[in-house]
Amino acid sequence: MTAVLGTPAGEQPTKKAKRPSPWAAPPRPVWEEKPSGAGQAGKGLALGLACLAILFPLWIVVVTSLQTKKTIDEAGGLVVIPKGVTFIAYQELLTGGQVQRATLVSIGVTVVGTLFSMAVSVLCAYGLSRSGSLGHRWILMTLLATMFFGAGLIPTYLLVQALGLTDTYLALILPSAVSVFNILVLRSFFMNISQELIDSARIDGAGDWRILFRIVLPLSRAVVAVIALFYAVGYWSAWFNASIYLTDQDMMPLQNVMIQLVQKQERPVGLSAQINTGQLSPLAIQMAVMVLALLPVAVLSPFVQKHFKKGMLTGAVKG
Amino acid sequence: MSHSTVPRNTTGAQTAEQSPEGSGDAAGPRGRGGKKPGGRPGRPRRSGKRSGRASGEASGKLGLKLRFRRDRTLVLMTVPALLLVLVFNYVPILGNVVAFQDYDPYLSENGFVAIFESPWIGFEQFERIFADSAFWHAVQNTFVLFFLQLVLYFPIPILLALLINSVVRPRVRAVAQAIMYLPHFFSWVLVVTVFMQIFGGAGIIAQTLRRHGYEGFDLMTDPEVFKYLVTAETVWKDAGWGIIVFLAALSSVSNDLYEAAAMDGAGRWRRMWHITLPALRPVIALLLVLRVGDALTVGFEQLLLQRQAVGVAASEVLDTYVWWNGIRNQDFSYAAAAGLIKGVVGLALVLTANKVAHLMGEQGVYKK
Repeated sequence: MTAVLGTPAGEQPTKKAKRPSPWAAPPRPVWEEKPSGAGQAGKGLALGLACLAILFPLWIVVVTSLQTKKTIDEAGGLVVIPKGVTFIAYQELLTGGQVQRATLVSIGVTVVGTLFSMAVSVLCAYGLSRSGSLGHRWILMTLLATMFFGAGLIPTYLLVQALGLTDTYLALILPSAVSVFNILVLRSFFMNISQELIDSARIDGAGDWRILFRIVLPLSRAVVAVIALFYAVGYWSAWFNASIYLTDQDMMPLQNVMIQLVQKQERPVGLSAQINTGQLSPLAIQMAVMVLALLPVAVLSPFVQKHFKKGMLTGAVKG
Repeated sequence: MSHSTVPRNTTGAQTAEQSPEGSGDAAGPRGRGGKKPGGRPGRPRRSGKRSGRASGEASGKLGLKLRFRRDRTLVLMTVPALLLVLVFNYVPILGNVVAFQDYDPYLSENGFVAIFESPWIGFEQFERIFADSAFWHAVQNTFVLFFLQLVLYFPIPILLALLINSVVRPRVRAVAQAIMYLPHFFSWVLVVTVFMQIFGGAGIIAQTLRRHGYEGFDLMTDPEVFKYLVTAETVWKDAGWGIIVFLAALSSVSNDLYEAAAMDGAGRWRRMWHITLPALRPVIALLLVLRVGDALTVGFEQLLLQRQAVGVAASEVLDTYVWWNGIRNQDFSYAAAAGLIKGVVGLALVLTANKVAHLMGEQGVYKK
């Protein structure tokens, strides 16, 4: 089968033999100049600074969320060098109250929304991926046109209201459920799956559903993971739709609660008296809310990054 | 996207030979019967399917009814997405008619029914908008932010991609990429609050200054530096992510070119100038076209989040202007008219940017 799919059989082993340790530099081609010390140092410095600019702010947020009131008061606010670690801020937030509820809401909307979006997008992408099928050009054009002209905020708002979606979680999912761009990415991967494979399944009597679930999807795991991450991040990060379609404060997702607590410095509702007893700094609470919002994304995205790269470079077809 | 796929129109012969071995486990109970390669020509539906899929032209000869029977599953699969797009992207376009009305949502129980009962007033809303100095102020802010981002933000991903591309140790490269991609996945709420912790009145810089006896400051509420702050936030969030497309373009450059250039005596920098940068040109052109076409959108969520802290004068752009008048002040017709202006001008910008790209010999967003 590999020969038909056009993957050169010997490629993988030679690559591995060439690169023994991932930290070491691979051998230089003979024609390339020797790297100069100054150039190496400059490159390292630039790279280090770029990474530091991203990591340092996150560091102080995470560290401050893990400190006691005493340490925070001594530092006069944000803490750069930690003194011990305490989880009281998280204990406080995750044992009932506004933030716990908001976190659960966000998780629920993200999980349900991502599953729904993926189902709709994968089906649509596969439906459009077999060239020459009836009407696929028209359907594609209909989808593509939306990338050029947005309907505008006000008509969308009026529509969501007229459909009776306000103050329901459907208002957070349905209007943003389909991303045409994501469908196009999935579609282009599905189209790159070898036609032989699909044809042979069809000859064996498999219908389109079976082909999609047994052949196309298993071969597209990498791109499916990437697109699922895109959707999930979209739902997790969304706050605007909640701010205009939800009026009930108890329904608000985490991002909106973060605006209230951290940006507008409001006191969280429903916390016990620990803040007043001097154990827990309000700043630690705020930073803990931020960590809750960034943790799932920070943990998940590096895993999928590997997939993303693999997907970009080798395509979906593998024997 | 030029991965190795066998051309579709050669499928017939090859599949016929292949199918016996391929039929092993995927066949299922139904597939065993008369679907051997030899049986195909005898069944019009099956053979139509094959030739139709194999080359687009052959399918034109089939009857519509036959094609529908063949492809109904595929069409059915697109229905959910199509419905969602029709309802949430196309129906609201019609809703833009409220821009030509004096829309009153309380005329009916249902907001959409109220459209039919609201009085038509022609272009009155547009006249009101053009007479409003706040609108022109928002337009001005939009363009200032757009140009600032174009000049200060746009080159950074290119430079970062060149930097990353010159790193040869695979693990160093992967780790640096993972860190740089990370902020792209953060929400704007998070990015703005993170910036508050650094540059805000209670941020780490102001806090350190105060501890050493200097006066603190609050960049987050300073209207003068706000436009640079917004640009810095955009760079922090998305510049790392932006390198992906450039890296993909760079990885497709053949090493032979570099070797040949080195043989001809081209040094490091001349190789970059004569090989690497030309390889990036189409991508740069495409991204520029996309950015210019989207010029009127300059970070709606990001600006909305900081609107209160920094004040309207510095942060109002077209999108937030629409939001303020429509959602906040419930002046729907007025805001819809402003949104429509933005939509139409935006469409014109996309088409113009593409035209210019075509004139310059680049591909743009769509082909000529």
